[in-house]
Amino acid sequence: MINTKDILETINMIKDENLDIRTITMGISLYDCAADSVDVACDRIYDKITTSAKDLVKVGCDIEKEYGIPIINKRVSVTPISMVGGRYSSEDYVKIAHTLDRAADTLGINFIGGYGALVQKGFTDNARNLIESIPVALAETERVCSSVNVASTKAGINMDAVAIMGRIIKEAAYLTRDKDSIGCAKLVVFANVPEDNPFMAGAFHGVGEAERVINVGVSGPGVVSSAIKRAGNCDFSSLAETIKKTAFKITRMGQLVATEASNRLGVPFGIVDLSLAPTPAVGDSVAHILEGMGIERCGAHGTTAALALLNDAVKKGGVMASSQVGGLSGAFIPVSEDAGMIDAVKAGALSLEKLEAMTAVCSVGLDMIAIPGDTPAETICGIIADEISIGVANTKTTAVRVIPAYGKGVGDGVEFGGLLGYAPIMSVSKFGCADFIARGGHIPAPIHSLKN
Amino acid sequence: MKAVITVVGQDSKGIIAKVSAKCAEVGGNITEISQSVLKEYFAMIMVVDISDINVPFAQLVDDFDALGKENGLDIRTMHEDIFNSMHRI
Repeated sequence: MINTKDILETINMIKDENLDIRTITMGISLYDCAADSVDVACDRIYDKITTSAKDLVKVGCDIEKEYGIPIINKRVSVTPISMVGGRYSSEDYVKIAHTLDRAADTLGINFIGGYGALVQKGFTDNARNLIESIPVALAETERVCSSVNVASTKAGINMDAVAIMGRIIKEAAYLTRDKDSIGCAKLVVFANVPEDNPFMAGAFHGVGEAERVINVGVSGPGVVSSAIKRAGNCDFSSLAETIKKTAFKITRMGQLVATEASNRLGVPFGIVDLSLAPTPAVGDSVAHILEGMGIERCGAHGTTAALALLNDAVKKGGVMASSQVGGLSGAFIPVSEDAGMIDAVKAGALSLEKLEAMTAVCSVGLDMIAIPGDTPAETICGIIADEISIGVANTKTTAVRVIPAYGKGVGDGVEFGGLLGYAPIMSVSKFGCADFIARGGHIPAPIHSLKN
Repeated sequence: MKAVITVVGQDSKGIIAKVSAKCAEVGGNITEISQSVLKEYFAMIMVVDISDINVPFAQLVDDFDALGKENGLDIRTMHEDIFNSMHRI
């Protein structure tokens, strides 16, 4: 018989500690949708997505019911659209964005990712046109998510792309100014982007991926938080051990759901992304985990060390629980999506500079951070360049998803609702970096010896 | 294939009868029961063989949920695999 204690533990995790599967994301290759005419390409894209993923939502709901585990999102990621053949103008790409939006609506999913480009080494004409279309595409669609990879450890940093993205983010903010600049919440700038990430807004179906694939993202900050509370006043080794064991259990559930979804949909299983993804709900916060370890407020000195321990232990526990781990895997620290982070910012404990340091040891980057609407584009470029450098130099993924909220300043906030949450506006340095960004060109790839 | 049914709530007469009657009605075979009453609080874990049930599993989940609501109980019906995968290597 299954142990009574184990049964109750699982039920408690789901019922009281917000354990859930954050997303089942189907990756779909769109290479075979290429066409000279953008209208033909749109038809092919729509047909391929709606046929491939037609049962995605139903299967997700069935699994949710049978196993009694909430599956919050069912989503689709596609080949980076700038790589889907043809010679398209920016207007053409906006048409494709509408097509993706329509396909997502037909499937009943909340986000579709992959409206993006990989330009770490340089731009193709298509990549340039697609990037220019991003602000309009995000303003005119609801569910389309966009990401642009501007750097990698092997290629260095495409500073021309960084310069463009600062301006694109500002434009996206302006075009969605009536909705607190929500366009920027759907746009991520990456370094070392993972090609099998199931989480939005950065999900896309990588260039080396199969025709279709199922990737699953697990979550469970609340479960880790409770486990740490139960562990009481133990030393760091025991703390790491507690987190590892919890991460193992959470990931096993993700593996089960991924295998089951893959079998039922007849689509190969890709990876489990073992991330701690917070939501604005009470008891679902990564900041509260850090505070549970003894940090008075997230952002205080010691926060980076606590986060490093957490991130490492989550990976160690999760790796053994799944046959294939990938994606972003680690702890997320999106400010607007984490009740503890929001409180820490409001209390003056957490600054942009501290968040930047934290991203050196955790899985993503400066995520869902609202900054004043009058922040110059060049300053945003500087924020991107700093963050991307951390990723490039440390051979890890980093990303920037900042929202220069149009017409708002420090003391105000932006409200997106749902999983995207609420963000108080954080201050940025008042000193500029325009001359630095104006240089343009490429920052060379870092050396891999003489490590200091 | 087995399901784990957990029933938690205020103790009252006939809880086991109602839950087991429902199991029998759908063709489930109860293989294990663990049950306790602590003060006024009733808790039961039931393992049911659902290989031969005459309704879809999803329907069974809904039926037990409804039965729970009618009687002021929290009844959860979950596939045993979730417990096996989480707690066994």
